[in-house]
Amino acid sequence: MIWSIAPEQASTQAEAFDRIFAMMTGFSLFVVALVGALIFVFSLLFRAKRGTPRRSVKALQNRQIEVFWTAVTAFFAIFFFWYTSTASLDAIEAPAGAMEYHVEAKQWMWKTRHPSGARELNAMHVPVGRPVTVFLNSQDVIHSFYVPAFRIKQDVVPGRTSTVWFEATKPGTYRLFCAEFCGTDHAKMTGRVVAMAPGDYARWLETRAEGETLAATGARLFVSAGCAGCHEEGSDVHAPSLAGLFGREIPLADGRQVTADADYLRDSILLPGRDIAAGYEPIMPNFSGMLEDGEVEALVAYIRTLSEEEASR
Amino acid sequence: MSLTDTEGHIAQEPDYLGAGHSVRSWLLTTDHKRIGILYLVTLVFFFLVGGAAATAVRLELATPPGDLVSPDTYNRLFTLHGVIMVWFFLVPAVPSTLGNFLLPLAIGARDMAFPKLNLASWYINLAGGMLALAALLLGGVDTGWTFYTPYSSLYSNSYVTLAALGVFVAGFSTIATGLNFIVTVHTQRCEGLTWMRLPLFVWALYATSVVIVLATPALAIALMMVVLERVFGLGLFDPAQGGDPILFQHIFWFYSHPAVYIMILPGFGVVSEVLTCFSRRKIFGYEAMVFAILGISIFGFFVWGHHMFVSGQSATASLVFSLLSFLIAIPSAIKVFNWSATLYGGHITFEASMLYALGFVGLFTLGGLTGLFLASVPIDVHVHDTYFVVAHFHYIMVGGMVSAFFAGLHFWWPKISGRMYSELWARLAALLMFVGFNFTFFPQFILGYMGMPRRYHSYPPEFEMWNVLSSAGAVILAVAYLMPFVYFGVSVLRGPRAGDNPWQARGLEWQTASPPPRENFGRLPTVTGGPYDYHAQGEEPHAREGDVTFPGRSDSERR
Ligand code: HEM
Ligand SMILES: [Cu+2]
Ligand SMILES: [Cu+2]
Repeated sequence: MIWSIAPEQASTQAEAFDRIFAMMTGFSLFVVALVGALIFVFSLLFRAKRGTPRRSVKALQNRQIEVFWTAVTAFFAIFFFWYTSTASLDAIEAPAGAMEYHVEAKQWMWKTRHPSGARELNAMHVPVGRPVTVFLNSQDVIHSFYVPAFRIKQDVVPGRTSTVWFEATKPGTYRLFCAEFCGTDHAKMTGRVVAMAPGDYARWLETRAEGETLAATGARLFVSAGCAGCHEEGSDVHAPSLAGLFGREIPLADGRQVTADADYLRDSILLPGRDIAAGYEPIMPNFSGMLEDGEVEALVAYIRTLSEEEASR
Repeated sequence: MSLTDTEGHIAQEPDYLGAGHSVRSWLLTTDHKRIGILYLVTLVFFFLVGGAAATAVRLELATPPGDLVSPDTYNRLFTLHGVIMVWFFLVPAVPSTLGNFLLPLAIGARDMAFPKLNLASWYINLAGGMLALAALLLGGVDTGWTFYTPYSSLYSNSYVTLAALGVFVAGFSTIATGLNFIVTVHTQRCEGLTWMRLPLFVWALYATSVVIVLATPALAIALMMVVLERVFGLGLFDPAQGGDPILFQHIFWFYSHPAVYIMILPGFGVVSEVLTCFSRRKIFGYEAMVFAILGISIFGFFVWGHHMFVSGQSATASLVFSLLSFLIAIPSAIKVFNWSATLYGGHITFEASMLYALGFVGLFTLGGLTGLFLASVPIDVHVHDTYFVVAHFHYIMVGGMVSAFFAGLHFWWPKISGRMYSELWARLAALLMFVGFNFTFFPQFILGYMGMPRRYHSYPPEFEMWNVLSSAGAVILAVAYLMPFVYFGVSVLRGPRAGDNPWQARGLEWQTASPPPRENFGRLPTVTGGPYDYHAQGEEPHAREGDVTFPGRSDSERR
């Protein structure tokens, strides 16, 4: 039997986590010891069997004591809130230039696509020392992407794209779990994340047959599914050009303003009637029956690259 | 107002137990005491069903591979365990049994405000339980007690609809009981019993009832939505139809976070009664205790988002929910300190119910502190949906609530049955339960920290040791839970008569016969002071008269 007690610490988040966790554990041990000692000592001192008269005991019905420990607990509550939230605020945004991994969850497997287009089942390969953003989509129920050694977890909710990021600090093979109950083989929905030193990683990458990148698949679909017919420049249908769309603020026909993020793009393809961009007719057909699982993500990835090209021009 | 003869036998009109022996006289009773017993019977039944499922779960987890039952069976087992334990054991445990039996007695009333509604709520509870059990017998449910969509609404091939309807129906029973308690406390208090003279047990039941009435409808809505989507394909949670799976989580936790307080608040009340009685002390800081109870019940409605830190809710929302969750720990901490301080200067004896109550304080403290871990976003990101969460809520609900339930059952058993039980065996069971509990659940904190996800039928080998320990502890715990069946059974058959007030406790329920007569009191009592007058203001507490060395052991074996 293996006598381990702590998970491996293999990401930048894990270091921050372990610091907070150790501090909270110390504090909790102190409080448990304090309450335990109070109960134990009082039980001993004031047990009836001892039978000592206690006229000397001062009455403890004392407002000051109560105010004191209310204030102390309030202080600790707010202190710990502040202390832990600053760490979580630091970890919200992935640093710029993060590598982009796409992961599709479905009952009961993880389909991953490396930025180079290389596809794997239940495995990911990443270099150490470089931030990685994982784009997560589910084809059926809610799953949860969980790598204990990195201390990260993110639910994968159908109908939206979730993201989570990490930066591995130590080469190794780490477990990937599904943490949200998802049916029969929930416990088998596991995989591994292989973090490699840059040299090893480069060698690994060379051995992989370059697959098509997600965006390239998207570009192909953009034509074959018929998006280009309306959205290509020079089309005579009145439809918005998608170049530079991603990340922009879009005014809607009903007066609202939304950011064109991944979820917005997804909804525009699958539920086009929901948010109509101002100045356009609701003529876009609903693609939800026509696109297969994963194809929407490819289209979204393609539309994102259109913005990057725009920006770099 | 002792109505007993020289030997301590009740010399009076028949008590509530003697007022009819036919099955009909029980099933059609409107006596709150008998209804309390009816609830006790169904409660024990559900506890055994839920416990059997837990035993099977722990057996499966004793080894890493999923070798004992199939994955689908395993998923049905833990769902059965959760659904039964939460809605058919923990929620009704104290309010419907001890509360039903004692609330009118504790406020000097002859019955509940609505005795017939009270009986009806038992039948509704039974109907809900039968629906849930039917779902189980037909083939089970595999969604977990949380019924998360879209798994429950679109994907699960199990009897979700039936089970959800069972819980839905049982909800009406709790709402009826809650309403009954609220009206009873408002209208039936005896003369002189002002609000600030109410025992904390009554305050706790009152606050629980308010939370029940306000929160349970949200559960009903959430479950109804699941059923509508399953049966009519309504598309509320189906992203392909424009629905949002997360919506369910919001509605569900809007109920279920307050529900965790529905489960624990009555325990706070019980423990306050027991600690004061056996330390012969006034409760320390009565007002603070009342306001802590009320504060918890109100703020409990605003922290549900802490169950959804990794579901994709905005970072701002997570921080607000995190802050509120930290703040709600303050009233809980006040209660722990006040209970500890109550012991100060007392004349403490360690009867079984006192042992349970002291165990409660310790285990609740640990459970509450780990709640702080979960309330902080970065820690929860790692331990959410792992065994850490499982350990956290078992510390509070089993270590805390079930201990409190046993504390109350042992404390009021002489009142309910009129007889004593073997103090020695009872204390042994209490100690064993404490040891077995920690043995079972402490390893799960470590498992969660190491990253073992919950609801796993099989697991990697590095988690084995702690799982083996946990399963071994569960054996001890199971034995400890079975012991009371034996000594309470013996007590019913040939326990010594308890007398009206064996603990010399000060609550109104102790001022009538044991077991109490049908009408509870001869003349209704009048109250002239606050609760817990175990000693006059500023004076030292009186020792309990007579044998400090446990009644019911030395001279108890004779009838
Ligand atoms: C000091 C007060 C408490 C705090 C700050 C607290 C905090 C939390 C948090 C943040 C979670 C969510 C963990 C997660 O899902 O990742 C949680 C889960 C839970 N807590 Fe608490 N808690 C406290 C007291 C209680 C009490 C008094 C009870 C019950 C009587 C309770 C029962 C539960 C249950 C049942 C769950 C898990 C639900 C599930 O996922 O199945 N907690 N608690
Ligand atoms: Cu999954
Ligand atoms: Cu909660």
